[in-house]
Amino acid sequence: MSQRLRDTTNIIVPSGSLGAGIRAEHIDAGIAAGAHGIACDAGSTDSGPAYLSSGKCKYSKAAIKEDFRVLMLAQAKANIPLLVGSCGTSGCDMALDWTRDIVLEIAREHGLSPKIAMLYSEQSPALLTTRASEGKVTPLPPLTGSGIDLFGECDHIVALMGPEPYIAALEAGADIVLGGRTTDTAVLAALPLLRGAGKAASWHSGKIAECGGLCTTHSREGGVMIRVGKDAFEVEPLGNVSRCTPFTVSAHMLYENSDPFLLTEPGGVLDVTDAIYEAVDERVVRVTGSRFHDKPYTMKLEGAGRGGFQTIMFVGIQDRAVCAEVDLFIERMHKALCERVKTTMGLPSDAFDISLRPYGWNAVTGMPVDDGAAPPREIGLMFVATAPSQDIATQIAKTCNPWFFHMPIRPEVELPSYGFPFSPSETERGPVYDFKLNHVVHVAHALELVRTEYVNLKEAAHA
Amino acid sequence: MPKLSEVCHHVRSKNAGPFWITLDFSFADQQAFDRYCNAPAFDPATIGQTMNVDASLVKVFRVPKLRVVKVSYPRRKPQGGMLERDMHGGQQYVRFLDLEMA
Repeated sequence: MSQRLRDTTNIIVPSGSLGAGIRAEHIDAGIAAGAHGIACDAGSTDSGPAYLSSGKCKYSKAAIKEDFRVLMLAQAKANIPLLVGSCGTSGCDMALDWTRDIVLEIAREHGLSPKIAMLYSEQSPALLTTRASEGKVTPLPPLTGSGIDLFGECDHIVALMGPEPYIAALEAGADIVLGGRTTDTAVLAALPLLRGAGKAASWHSGKIAECGGLCTTHSREGGVMIRVGKDAFEVEPLGNVSRCTPFTVSAHMLYENSDPFLLTEPGGVLDVTDAIYEAVDERVVRVTGSRFHDKPYTMKLEGAGRGGFQTIMFVGIQDRAVCAEVDLFIERMHKALCERVKTTMGLPSDAFDISLRPYGWNAVTGMPVDDGAAPPREIGLMFVATAPSQDIATQIAKTCNPWFFHMPIRPEVELPSYGFPFSPSETERGPVYDFKLNHVVHVAHALELVRTEYVNLKEAAHA
Repeated sequence: MPKLSEVCHHVRSKNAGPFWITLDFSFADQQAFDRYCNAPAFDPATIGQTMNVDASLVKVFRVPKLRVVKVSYPRRKPQGGMLERDMHGGQQYVRFLDLEMA
């Protein structure tokens, strides 16, 4: 067995996302192994724009509360800091406040009195418009343009923070730091950077551990601990079942990254081109050789806004004539439905959209099926109407209902009846949301667009 | 000529943020990686054609240590909009499985 790294900063990363489930024994194992802090991410854009636009959390309050309860009790017992980034999925101000209220509820229930820092990184359209007009907002591919025309279309815009606001809060004595939108990596790198660990090792370890146990052999068996030194770091699982191997650890650089070697962060670029991953023993991996190139400070912007509204219907079809010629059927039905909406409701064709998606055929890609593909035994046909209001979307569905229910593949065929699973047959989906921004804002220093507040627990207790 | 699904032991796709899809083509052994990592199937032009995206924006990386070819391309529409059919991009790899490997 190789000698373990010395003088490291040890961070428990309990989960890839707060709310997915954390087990107290894993946290206890990390504390017993010498953890200096606990850090975790609670958000992402991965589930789509609805969470940022609406400000609502993807997970239930119960799921978030249970994970926080485990972490807050461990924080109080071990007296080590707890950092949580991108609170409430999107990390916008309302999602962060929602998270704060859960934390306060737990503090009251368990008689805890941690010093809590709140880091807000939501940005106003007005401020960004000013910055953009000064040339300080630039697009990332595939988008072009300064974003000036897009800020007003967003319900919420957040700027991804780096580790500096977390470091400032820890220096001010915070026990718990609740962050708005932050890069996953920065939340994990903050405490190692504060305690003097190497820059590249801190960032790279943060990247490897961002999804908790995903860099191990058993990704559902708990998170990991990173031990970060000057020029190297080690990563090991918190659970007994899992192992870290050079393959599982290095393969994580591929995950959800468009580039496997370079990772742009707020104050620079992590470069793992020459990183070396070595087994320390059968469950611990050491990483050396990563580099960090300092760059002018930028914060990535995420913005989402509400578009139209949708109403959906769904039928199951086993009719053999339809299954033999799905594409022809869809084409004819789509044309018939659009015509019917235009003539019956008087809507111009650019005022609504009807999308027909045959599940069991090409619904997932929407792209042509290979010539000569075998016919499906059945398809689930989804009807999606999009319109400027919920009422119009639903009226479109109701107008289309008899045709969607009964339309034969050929006019001379007796009316078939396709298989509706629901009554009423139409379901209102609510608004459609869109990501609007893929830009960065250039700032003079890391705290320029971040607002830090400290929670007064006494006042909060009376609230 | 073998198909991609016959020479790769694992293929996956996923969002890389709301505007990009990334694909990882993982080979079972060094020999297979060396033989196929530069196959025409991994040309930006082929990828652009297969997924109906602009080939000039397609990025291709070869990661010899992991025996992986990584391909990234911009989504035709940002994730989650009106016509979204694969929110996490997790099924986008399937169209590549039948590409022929020279």
